[in-house]
Amino acid sequence: MTAYDVEPGDAVHPGDPVQVDRYTVGARINHWITAVSLVLLALSGLALFHPDLFFLTVLFGGGQNTRAIHPWIGVLLFFSFAGLFIRFWRANLWEHTDNVWLAKLRDVLTGHEERLPEVGKYNAGQKVVFWSMSVLIIVLITSGIVIWDQYFSEYTSLEQKRIAVLTHSITAIIAICVWIVHVYAAIWVRGTIGAMTRGQVTGGWAWRHHRKWLRELVTGKGDRNTTVTPAK
Amino acid sequence: MFPPLPNPTVQPTPAVFGEQDLIRRSASSVPAPARQLTPMAKLIDVSKCIGCKACQAACLEWNDLRQEVGSNVGVYDNPSDLTPDSLTVMRFTEWVNPETQNLEWLIRKDGCMHCADPGCLKACPAPGAIVQYSNGIVDFVHENCIGCGYCIKGCPFNIPRISKVDNKAYKCTLCSDRVAVGQGPACQKACPTQAIVFGTKDDMKKWADARITDLKSRGYKNAGLYDPPGVDGTHVMYVLQHADQPQIYAGLPANPRISLIVEVWKGVTKYAGLAAMAGMAIFGALHYLVTGPNNVSPDEEEKAKHLAGGPAS
Repeated sequence: MTAYDVEPGDAVHPGDPVQVDRYTVGARINHWITAVSLVLLALSGLALFHPDLFFLTVLFGGGQNTRAIHPWIGVLLFFSFAGLFIRFWRANLWEHTDNVWLAKLRDVLTGHEERLPEVGKYNAGQKVVFWSMSVLIIVLITSGIVIWDQYFSEYTSLEQKRIAVLTHSITAIIAICVWIVHVYAAIWVRGTIGAMTRGQVTGGWAWRHHRKWLRELVTGKGDRNTTVTPAK
Repeated sequence: MFPPLPNPTVQPTPAVFGEQDLIRRSASSVPAPARQLTPMAKLIDVSKCIGCKACQAACLEWNDLRQEVGSNVGVYDNPSDLTPDSLTVMRFTEWVNPETQNLEWLIRKDGCMHCADPGCLKACPAPGAIVQYSNGIVDFVHENCIGCGYCIKGCPFNIPRISKVDNKAYKCTLCSDRVAVGQGPACQKACPTQAIVFGTKDDMKKWADARITDLKSRGYKNAGLYDPPGVDGTHVMYVLQHADQPQIYAGLPANPRISLIVEVWKGVTKYAGLAAMAGMAIFGALHYLVTGPNNVSPDEEEKAKHLAGGPAS
């Protein structure tokens, strides 16, 4: 039986250092389309959110173009993220050890990973990012369609549009905050970004941050004994 | 009869108000104007309206608009709603007075109310797309409009409409161009019964008082002026035969005010949102300063090598 969090394409290549395949080329392209869309959505959305940020509309060729293009980027993001969701949801299923990990958030932030349970492909923080983005994007696309007046104005009442525009802005703020966590974590935890550029991480990185996943890969996707010893 | 405004001279006249008289400008600020213009107002006396639609025709004429020919939806309203071309629409209501059992034909000329506290302007994200002059006129500046439709959500009266042609918002300007040269709005000029009059807000209130007294003497004991305080008053006011129940006039709101949702969206959300995002980024920067990067040690690479070189497939 395959371990639940080993994804297609994950593999270990012994060497010096050990290289571990973490993301397929498809997953990486999918990720970067989502990433670029999200950044463009944040910039164009913030431009219409706060007057002090209206100047950002110049990036999109003025206010009219910003207003016109923002929802279409949203549609692109929705489908692109849906692709990521299909790829990653299984490995992001919540486990009991994730609660332990979250309870020791202090050790996470101070870099004492030896005090944490061994982590599979995704740690609890990554899972929180994944699931919160999944929910936030559904709320954003739904509320976004309600306020996409150019095509959908006749389908909802004014009061529904007011609720949608407030929901959309609050949800977007939360999504941007989650995005900041996501980007910061990738920068802080050295060796992470390579996973989404070249698709690989080093064995040491996998050992340090996702040891359970590394063990699963080494033991041949769980067709051997997959019992996990406590991290020490 | 209300003394009619004199006809204009044929000589070009400089505008009596302009940029320097702005008291509000959407998504931006304006310096306090050096002078306060006399607040102006349009008074629509519903009890005198005969439903001729001359005001609608005059509005199209003056603003050089063409309303696309529509279809009859079974009521006299034509077009059936405000559009980017029809900035005013007469809304016809057949109302049976429960006290007299008389059928009363309530005809309300709908259009921008020129609120003293304009919800459209509050909601607008585009700097300078909506402006308010110290005489009370709320105007849309179309070259700054981005067509987002936020003004519609901000408006307590559901007035602005977005054009499908140029994606910009349109509404009654109170004929700001005519008022700027001492004229009244086109609709007022065309009204054959003086159901629409125009002048200073004070004069309009006085005129309304006389009309209300007259209506009361004719048995309309609830006649009154519609100048809703929830939006700090309006610069288009109604004389209503039944001012105690404005809703019977095709849904005129009894106590209009900017929606609480819009206030939250344009108030606390705007500031708390930026603070939350900035706070997140600052936390990250501080965390990095304090803990430094989370590096993989050579020892861990060795352990991985040992593991991978072991029972690897």
